[in-house]
Amino acid sequence: MSLRSPLGKVLGRGSAGEGVGHWWVQRVTAVALVPLTALFAWSLLALELHSYDAVRGWLGRPWVAVLTVLLVVTLAWHSKLGVQVVIEDYVHGKAAKTSLLLLSLFVHAGAAVSGVFALLLLALS
Amino acid sequence: MPPRPLSPHLGVYKFMYTMSLSILHRITGLAATLGFLLFAWWLMALAGGPESYARVMRFLDTPVAKLVLVGFTFAFVYHFCNGIRHLVWDTGHGLERAQARRSGALVIVLALLLTVLVIWLACGAFRQ
Repeated sequence: MSLRSPLGKVLGRGSAGEGVGHWWVQRVTAVALVPLTALFAWSLLALELHSYDAVRGWLGRPWVAVLTVLLVVTLAWHSKLGVQVVIEDYVHGKAAKTSLLLLSLFVHAGAAVSGVFALLLLALS
Repeated sequence: MPPRPLSPHLGVYKFMYTMSLSILHRITGLAATLGFLLFAWWLMALAGGPESYARVMRFLDTPVAKLVLVGFTFAFVYHFCNGIRHLVWDTGHGLERAQARRSGALVIVLALLLTVLVIWLACGAFRQ
């Protein structure tokens, strides 16, 4: 017995192939963010934040730089997936939905690249 | 094609506080996104040198900015705690009604405690 609808059989299309990809990556990034965010916040708040040299010196250390790059990328990815679901759920109308999804994608990509670029500048110069 | 079936409107359900925790997860997630953008801006200012960093820190030191930072802190910490609750649910545990209510209360208490802890640590970190 097939569970496919008659229309589905006629059109002969399969699934989009993405399956549970979105759901799964949301969880994977969530798991990664638990230690990344906790460690970052704890270490950051131990600094004197008004001292440029203190903050810069800390972020320039190799392991801190690597973990913070991972933090920025994972945060951006997790955030992009979450905002996408909210837009898909609450924004109706193809034009508004597509525009907002694109805007969110561009803003997240911009923020992620800015964060990583800034960290590389700090660590390598 | 006939319209696809939609799930019933939320108004047909009796209100329970776990519902507001659920919608709060989305709202705090959106707030945390704004916090992430601020974080990227702060990193760019730091990479721009001592002057641009000092400008951002002067801005973050204003009362309004501090209030916003406290808001971001609660949003982030709540999303963090409730996110772990969701991850536990994903393993199939804690889904009974009584368990979900208990973990919901625990998340609220933990989020408030962690917010106070972060504010206390931040007071030290922001000292000039």
